[in-house]
Amino acid sequence: MARIQSLEMRGISKSFLEVKANRDINLSIHAGEILGLLGENGAGKTTLMNILYGLYLPDEGDILVNGEPIRLRGPKDSMRAGIGMIHQHFMLVDKHTVLENIALGFDEAPFFFPHRAIRKKIEQLSDQYGLRINPDKPVWNLSAGEQQRVEIIKALSRNADLLIMDEPTSVLTPQEADELFEILRKMILQGHSVILISHKLEEIMSICDRVMVLRKGCLSGEASIEDVDKGKLAEMMIGRQIAAAYDKADVKPGGTVLDIQDLHVDSDRGLPAVRGLSVQIHSSEILGIAGVSGNGQQELVETITGLRQPLKGSVTMMGQPLKHVNARDAHTLGITHVPEERIKFGIVPNLPLYENSVLKQHRDAPYSSWLRMDYPVIKNHAGDLVNSFQVDTPSVNARMKNLSGGNIQKLILGREISSGPNLLIAAHPTYGLDVGAAEYVRKQIIALRDKGGSVLLVSEDLDELFMVCDRIAVMFEGEFMGELTPDTWTIEKIGLMMAGSHG
Amino acid sequence: MLDIIVSVLTRTIVAGTPLLLATLGEIITERAGIINLGMEGLMSTGAVTGFIVSYISGSPWLGMLAAILVCALLSAIHGFVCISLRSNQVVSGLALTMLGIGISGLWGKPYIGLPLPNRMGHLNIKGLSEIPVLGRILFSHGWYVYLSVLLGIVLWFILRHTSLGITLRSVGENPKAAESQGIAVNRVKYYAVLAGGGLAGMAGSFLSTAYSGSWNEGITAGRGWIVIALTIFALWQPGGAFLGAYLFGGIFVLQYMLQPLGISPNILSMLPYLSTLLVLLLFGLTASGKRKMNAPATLGEPYVRGER
Ligand SMILES: Nc1ncnc2c1ncn2[C@@H]1O[C@H](COP(=O)(O)OP(=O)(O)O)[C@@H](O)[C@H]1O
Ligand SMILES: [Mg+2]
Repeated sequence: MARIQSLEMRGISKSFLEVKANRDINLSIHAGEILGLLGENGAGKTTLMNILYGLYLPDEGDILVNGEPIRLRGPKDSMRAGIGMIHQHFMLVDKHTVLENIALGFDEAPFFFPHRAIRKKIEQLSDQYGLRINPDKPVWNLSAGEQQRVEIIKALSRNADLLIMDEPTSVLTPQEADELFEILRKMILQGHSVILISHKLEEIMSICDRVMVLRKGCLSGEASIEDVDKGKLAEMMIGRQIAAAYDKADVKPGGTVLDIQDLHVDSDRGLPAVRGLSVQIHSSEILGIAGVSGNGQQELVETITGLRQPLKGSVTMMGQPLKHVNARDAHTLGITHVPEERIKFGIVPNLPLYENSVLKQHRDAPYSSWLRMDYPVIKNHAGDLVNSFQVDTPSVNARMKNLSGGNIQKLILGREISSGPNLLIAAHPTYGLDVGAAEYVRKQIIALRDKGGSVLLVSEDLDELFMVCDRIAVMFEGEFMGELTPDTWTIEKIGLMMAGSHG
Repeated sequence: MLDIIVSVLTRTIVAGTPLLLATLGEIITERAGIINLGMEGLMSTGAVTGFIVSYISGSPWLGMLAAILVCALLSAIHGFVCISLRSNQVVSGLALTMLGIGISGLWGKPYIGLPLPNRMGHLNIKGLSEIPVLGRILFSHGWYVYLSVLLGIVLWFILRHTSLGITLRSVGENPKAAESQGIAVNRVKYYAVLAGGGLAGMAGSFLSTAYSGSWNEGITAGRGWIVIALTIFALWQPGGAFLGAYLFGGIFVLQYMLQPLGISPNILSMLPYLSTLLVLLLFGLTASGKRKMNAPATLGEPYVRGER
């Protein structure tokens, strides 16, 4: 098969209903090159790459391999052309073994006994590229890094010359990310090319040869890596310099608000997820929880917000124990929650905005009395929220599901903190939001702290934690590896702690 | 005494055969992520189709083929509604049951109670059927029994040892992963639904052309529902289907044997459902059990291509 010497995308445009995800984008890459594709969430990176992988058909534009135009009607066409893609959310069947996952849809896998035939191929590829993997393990049993290796082997076994990786490091510890980059460098030496999607400037600077930047669906810049620095890239990405840190009022943390002692919690699978955590949060304080997702953060949040029963230990809110019966207990104690899956757990998509603006509070005065809901009061309240939290909506009567992600999040945040909470638990509150909305959410969180509130902020975005928090605790396998304050924290320290070493 | 036991076991295998066939069908369907609650209606239609075609043509083999074809076509409606229109699978399945029962009542009216002159033949396997005890239990059956066993083994082999099996399982577990490897997910789902319908039809034609040799409304007697429970009991594995089908087949047989002893048949006919609940309970109690209880992960969910 002809190796890909060069690949070009010309004038690619793609819309989803009213969203223009890609507008007239040109991209080119050569063998032996790592091209960085940089852009904020929602900039259109994944869409562009899905087009290159044949998953979406472009509305306009051509794709050329070695100067010849090709048509990609599906992933099979792309694979044949030598293009492989590793999605941000791995495309693996959890219950199946590594072997079965690699055999899936593989042309070279024989009809009978495909496992046997493929084992050889896997061994050969893992030797060639240093990809250690046990082919008989089921995927659910593998770490994120190992799952990624399976995806890489899968792509290589299909003779992918060009490997597209969509935010490959978002699920990895910094150390695992370094290992990944080693593998990528090996691949480059053997004549492959790589398109690396990321919104982390550091990463792009350290491994790419060239970088292309997308902003709101358009190509906003392109450069050799020698010609740019982080500041320049950030400017291309968000159209201005990033704010280094946010202004915070000079208030000192006050008395203890939330007190967690020796907390043990199991995950849904019945495995220990939180193992003997103790921590206090004070008034006027933002405590950040860093860590690769899946290290017990979700279970911790669910326990504090009354959604999950702990095995052992206590959670005390302003001196009163949380009885862990349901979310209402937490609510009455003054614990508010901006959940990770905001559409699923933060709102009722089919109800109008005004009803969503009082969820959980709807049974209390002044929104209702006995059986009757007081809709004029509720709509007033909704209108206030819309104004003071800059929610962009045609009216308070709009169905919640018709709002964009950022506006949904603003309303949730407004609903949770407008009643003046003692404690806000925010899980990944800016994930997937555009820059403006994310910045707004962060500022509101800081404003809450300045007014004497306390916040527990779980986030995977280290920059966000650095910009917002007064204290950061790093969680690994259900335990805190240590706590850091602004004068002690560095990326390196947090990275090591995220990988399991004590600070 | 030995005679009674041999007779009970022999009849158990016969009574388990329609359950086995239809359960294999439901396993194929559900492995591709589609629930088909229309089994009762499909089996009923299969029974009437098998009977009519056998009666008119004189060949129970033609009857079987016709039943398979008609039920595959009928289940294609379910496929269209669930796969292409992405509607609710439970609602569609229940509608299919009512449709199937209606159709079979309509078509079968003139044939009620008529005896079938030439039923599906027996095959006493030479040599083997003369083995004392075991010979009668295992090797003196009709064609359907052997075919069902063969189909069960074939399905086990396909799921376990072929790339087709990996494809089918993956489509039910993670259709996006399958799609990203160039598999036409919805096409696989359609084939699985058709195959499931065909097997339900075959189970139905067994009832009318081999088991009882006549057509009556209500001939399926709730077997279509047992099959749904059985599929769960079998944990979506052909091996479990064998175990469950013969277990529940045995219950059918015992219902009649124990009645004279004062044991109500109603209690026994509860057993399939009770034991399914028990299996769910036992496996649901432990984490490792939950994982073994491998319901296809996207069972019942429609798949939309290109959605996030
Ligand atoms: N399948 C889809 N249907 C509708 N809108 C989509 C779809 N995929 C992406 N979008 C929209 O297109 C825009 C670009 O998304 P995406 O390519 O995922 O961005 P990125 O990968 O850069 O974060 C977003 O506004 C997103 O909401
Ligand atoms: Mg993306």
